[in-house]
Amino acid sequence: MARHHRAISLERGKVLTNTTYAIELKNICKNFGSVAANKNVSLNVKYGEILALLGENGSGKTTLMNMLSGIYHPDSGEIWIDGKHTVINSPKDSFKLKIGMIHQHFKLVDVFTAAENIIMGTEGFVGSSKKAAEKIKEIADGFGFSIDPNKKVYDMSVGEKQTVEIIKVLYRGARILILDEPTAVLTPQETEKLFKVLDNMRKDGCAIIIITHKLNEVMAISDRVTVLRKGETVATVDTKTTDIRKLTELMVGRPVELKIDRPETERSAEPMFFVKDLCVRNEEDVFALKNVSFELYGGEILGVAGVAGSGQRELCETIAGLMQAESGEITYKGENILHKSPAEIIDLGISMSFIPEDRLGMGLVASMDIADNMLLKSYKKSKGLVINRKPSRELAEKLVKRLEIVTPSIKTPVSRLSGGNVQKVLIGREIESNPNILITAYPVRGLDINSSFTIYNLLNEQKAKGVAVLYIGEDLDVILELCDRVMVLCHGEVMGIVDPRKVTKEDIGLMMLGNKLEKEGGAENE
Amino acid sequence: MDTLFNFLYASIIASTPLLFGTVGEILSEKVGNMNLGVEGMMWLGAFAGFYAAYKTESFLISLLASFGLAAVGALIYAFLTVTLKANQNVTGLTLTTFGIGLSLVFGKAMITAAGGAPKTSDVFNAKVAAINIPVLSDIPYIGKIIFGLNPYVYIAVAIAIILYVYLMKTKMGLNLRAIGENPAAADASGINVNLMKYINIIIGGGISLVMVNGSWQDSGVVNGYGWIAVALVIFSSWNPAKAILGSLIFGMFSSLRYYVPSDIIVIPTAFYQMLPFVVTTIVLIVTSIKKNKENTQPAACGINYFREER
Amino acid sequence: MSNGSKVSTGREPLIRIVKREYNNKLIPGLIRAGALILSIIAGGLFIWAMGFNPFEAYKSIIRGALVGSARDPMSSIRSTIDIFVPLCVTALGLSCAFKMKFWNIGGEGQIIMGGVFATFFALNYPQIPRPLMLLIMLIAGAVGGALMALIPALFKVKFGTNETLFTLMLNYIAIYIVKYLIAGPWQRTPGFASIGKLDKNTYLYEINRQNIGWIAVIIVVLFVYFYLYKTKSGYEVSVVGESQATARYAGMNIRKIIIKTMLISGAICGIVGMIKVSSNHTLTEGIGGGVGFAAITVAWLSQLNPFIIPIVSAIISILQKGSTVMQMNMGISSYAADVLQGIILFCFLGSEFFVRYSLVFNLRIKEAK
Repeated sequence: MARHHRAISLERGKVLTNTTYAIELKNICKNFGSVAANKNVSLNVKYGEILALLGENGSGKTTLMNMLSGIYHPDSGEIWIDGKHTVINSPKDSFKLKIGMIHQHFKLVDVFTAAENIIMGTEGFVGSSKKAAEKIKEIADGFGFSIDPNKKVYDMSVGEKQTVEIIKVLYRGARILILDEPTAVLTPQETEKLFKVLDNMRKDGCAIIIITHKLNEVMAISDRVTVLRKGETVATVDTKTTDIRKLTELMVGRPVELKIDRPETERSAEPMFFVKDLCVRNEEDVFALKNVSFELYGGEILGVAGVAGSGQRELCETIAGLMQAESGEITYKGENILHKSPAEIIDLGISMSFIPEDRLGMGLVASMDIADNMLLKSYKKSKGLVINRKPSRELAEKLVKRLEIVTPSIKTPVSRLSGGNVQKVLIGREIESNPNILITAYPVRGLDINSSFTIYNLLNEQKAKGVAVLYIGEDLDVILELCDRVMVLCHGEVMGIVDPRKVTKEDIGLMMLGNKLEKEGGAENE
Repeated sequence: MDTLFNFLYASIIASTPLLFGTVGEILSEKVGNMNLGVEGMMWLGAFAGFYAAYKTESFLISLLASFGLAAVGALIYAFLTVTLKANQNVTGLTLTTFGIGLSLVFGKAMITAAGGAPKTSDVFNAKVAAINIPVLSDIPYIGKIIFGLNPYVYIAVAIAIILYVYLMKTKMGLNLRAIGENPAAADASGINVNLMKYINIIIGGGISLVMVNGSWQDSGVVNGYGWIAVALVIFSSWNPAKAILGSLIFGMFSSLRYYVPSDIIVIPTAFYQMLPFVVTTIVLIVTSIKKNKENTQPAACGINYFREER
Repeated sequence: MSNGSKVSTGREPLIRIVKREYNNKLIPGLIRAGALILSIIAGGLFIWAMGFNPFEAYKSIIRGALVGSARDPMSSIRSTIDIFVPLCVTALGLSCAFKMKFWNIGGEGQIIMGGVFATFFALNYPQIPRPLMLLIMLIAGAVGGALMALIPALFKVKFGTNETLFTLMLNYIAIYIVKYLIAGPWQRTPGFASIGKLDKNTYLYEINRQNIGWIAVIIVVLFVYFYLYKTKSGYEVSVVGESQATARYAGMNIRKIIIKTMLISGAICGIVGMIKVSSNHTLTEGIGGGVGFAAITVAWLSQLNPFIIPIVSAIISILQKGSTVMQMNMGISSYAADVLQGIILFCFLGSEFFVRYSLVFNLRIKEAK
């Protein structure tokens, strides 16, 4: 438990509180079709305070915040800003109210520069000006950001893009900031930097709402916490008076084991799968993987830790045959599979499922129903020209029952399913194909605790069967508990392969930032 | 030498209708809407311009009428694609059919009322004829090419330059380009996506003016310029300034036929007519081979934006 | 620390747009029926504005399309069918490509080249017996159209070349190729740019003086249905149309799928060209006749459904044939048909919005559906 608290520590300075709330939401309701995203949600934030909005996947956090930024309209309920009942019809209104939203998915124009992205939509006749550039510099320096205003967004790293987003709202004079999962793509060290900035803003009198499902961050940075569950407000508590266990209980409604099972299984005597000196260039012609080498044994879960963009996606795609490698070898059952086609690799029993941020990405066909999605990799098996839909329909029904997939029927297009259920469909299908090697990236991305555990159990089952599992994830806590070994990637290089029982979260954080491990005890002897 | 400059002169004249259509479509595509109805809008503009010229003899009114009716066509397109989120390609193609049909129906009515093919009066013709500035126009060769063109040419070039400045140097231009690349980002920045689209689609459509030249034929005066304009947009990398050069080159193609001596080389007429389309195809292929982030179609062009999309 | 700014503290927006969630199949049908009625009314207004009686005009159109002369009652229907067959089959062919989100705007050019290839054999082999000649022409037509479709497909697959524009350009190139052939090497009527009438062995068979082109409609409808909805290839087409990334992930060979489907699409359009040549007994510049473009809207209006395409094609054919008769009888320009067609299409394009979304009125009343 200790390591959950240790990672980030900040001084909580004394701040002035104001009796008028900066934001007050009263009984907000919002429906998307027949799905109720928000049901009678009420919360408030004061100036000079940080409120954490905590909730599982599908609890309605982002929807709520989108209403504050004028993108959605509440079906009923009231929004009060600064003690006045207001209606926010568009992002423009939101700006006038000095609300600034930093989205989880950046809304930036790729071919524009940072400066152009910041000033677009603002007052003024001229496209770019010296005054604007100066103002940007002032803001950046004031809070401690570094930014090159003339850099094109398509040249930027994720962290740089987030900086642009933040400066964008500050440029418009935002006093109320809403950050949606801001640390999802940051390392622990970058997160600490961000939190320092937020603390500065709090001291400066801003009201901040931070949406997250990372409990340790909530404990570290917030003054109060509002917990949402299934679209409703469950409770609002002072951070000082609560802890991670209590928050988890509030979030799910019943006590949940935080510990993930890690059954001891016999791993195969020989590695099933070798990757040696793999070098891969990505679409931007930059080396995404540099001399990556590792072995994968049957009957184990090898975790891959790394900040987003360290090469995880490229690793997945290369193994699956979707990306060309520049050099290196991938050996499976004695054969070099590097130049095989995706179809051949699927036939070998190597299954890859990658959950991108928008979840529907490449593994599923959004407009088709669950049954037709089951066919995706197996449709060739039937003889002749015609497709046999019966087995896939049966499989769909089986999966819906087993994984508790919430759907009106198996004929519903998967685009209508909520995030977590989509992932269950995907993993379910992959596992049903009885792979020998299961590569899964971000399988629990944005999932609630219960669903996540269902997935962990599935993966452990595969491990017990002797399958070699490669688990790429973003939550270090999960990786440390679930995996048998952990490989850390940074900028495409393997920083080390360690035994999670013997290292700390900080050690991995440091490796993720590019420092090789110094302690002897944690490193695995290859 | 004479021939060369005459060729250049003819090419400039031929390029003008193309320039109008191209620059208007660039504006529309930059804001995210590909309007395949350019041909239809040009037909509408052609009729209105001619009718106004025929009836009022006023150059200004003719221009305004041409702009106006073409803009009405664009308004229909804008309403369907921006507010009602209809498929842009199908809507554009429908506009073409509709525009051509309507223009011909009106044209026929006009011919019937006039008791024969109407012609614009000499008064009007004088207004749109090649200008003549003393001294400047008399400079050998260059004089005629720069200072001896008809008013439409200068208007077209002026519009192209103004649009370039508007698009690349003003805040509004920045905003509309943002919409064409990433409407969600533009929306989140406070830009009124729908309003900007309407304004720019309508202006872009209206600019598809056509020159009025003497008489109205039942078979029409537009002859596929609209489709060439769609191609020219690509050829010019969605840049109004480059469009000036691009349309000149295409103008050269269509004039080429009259300047190649037919006793030396015999090339069937059809091949000359085919040339702009063949060249555009080649340009299409070449530009798709050399991928360049900056000179491609706006990323969100062709996609309708809906804010509450889940 | 207060804002003090002037903000719209007033009304909620009156009308909001919300995506429809319903499984009721009736509503789209009602909305589209409404669109049809609206378009008939709007068209009527247009005719009235031109100074004619809309009821007479519509009556004239329908009569003109379906009712022939006393001597030959079926003559109008035959003409209507002659419009219907190419339109319907082309739309079916295009729907295969559209399902893959491959915007084949080149139907016109594919029809033309199909006709050209068929004509090549028709011109040069008068001695071949009729059944064999027709078969050869059929195959030639299919090949011509398929080749025309293959080119943009190859470039799209290899370089990502925009197919909308490429196929569009090819249409015009095809038109000028035909022009050249008719005025040049294939000219047979001195002084006129025409190849004259073809020999009898190239004529399509007739039943009751109606050529058997309509058989193609039945065959192609069944073929397209089977191909797109029941075969593995059809499944692949749907997946590729949805997302190429997903298709690749599933191990599909996207290039092969695109090329295969475009070949089929082009071949079907090419066959239309052959039918036209064989039933008109000649090749002219106007062999395309705008069918390739009209078919695009037919395919779209029918939501790419192979059973609805014939219905929509029939309606448009009646409109087109009927309007030429209307011009003769009432003096309304036949171009008015294009205007009417445009109006119908605009109404349907607009109505799609109401099918997909519902409006929420903020009158403190429940959702209006």
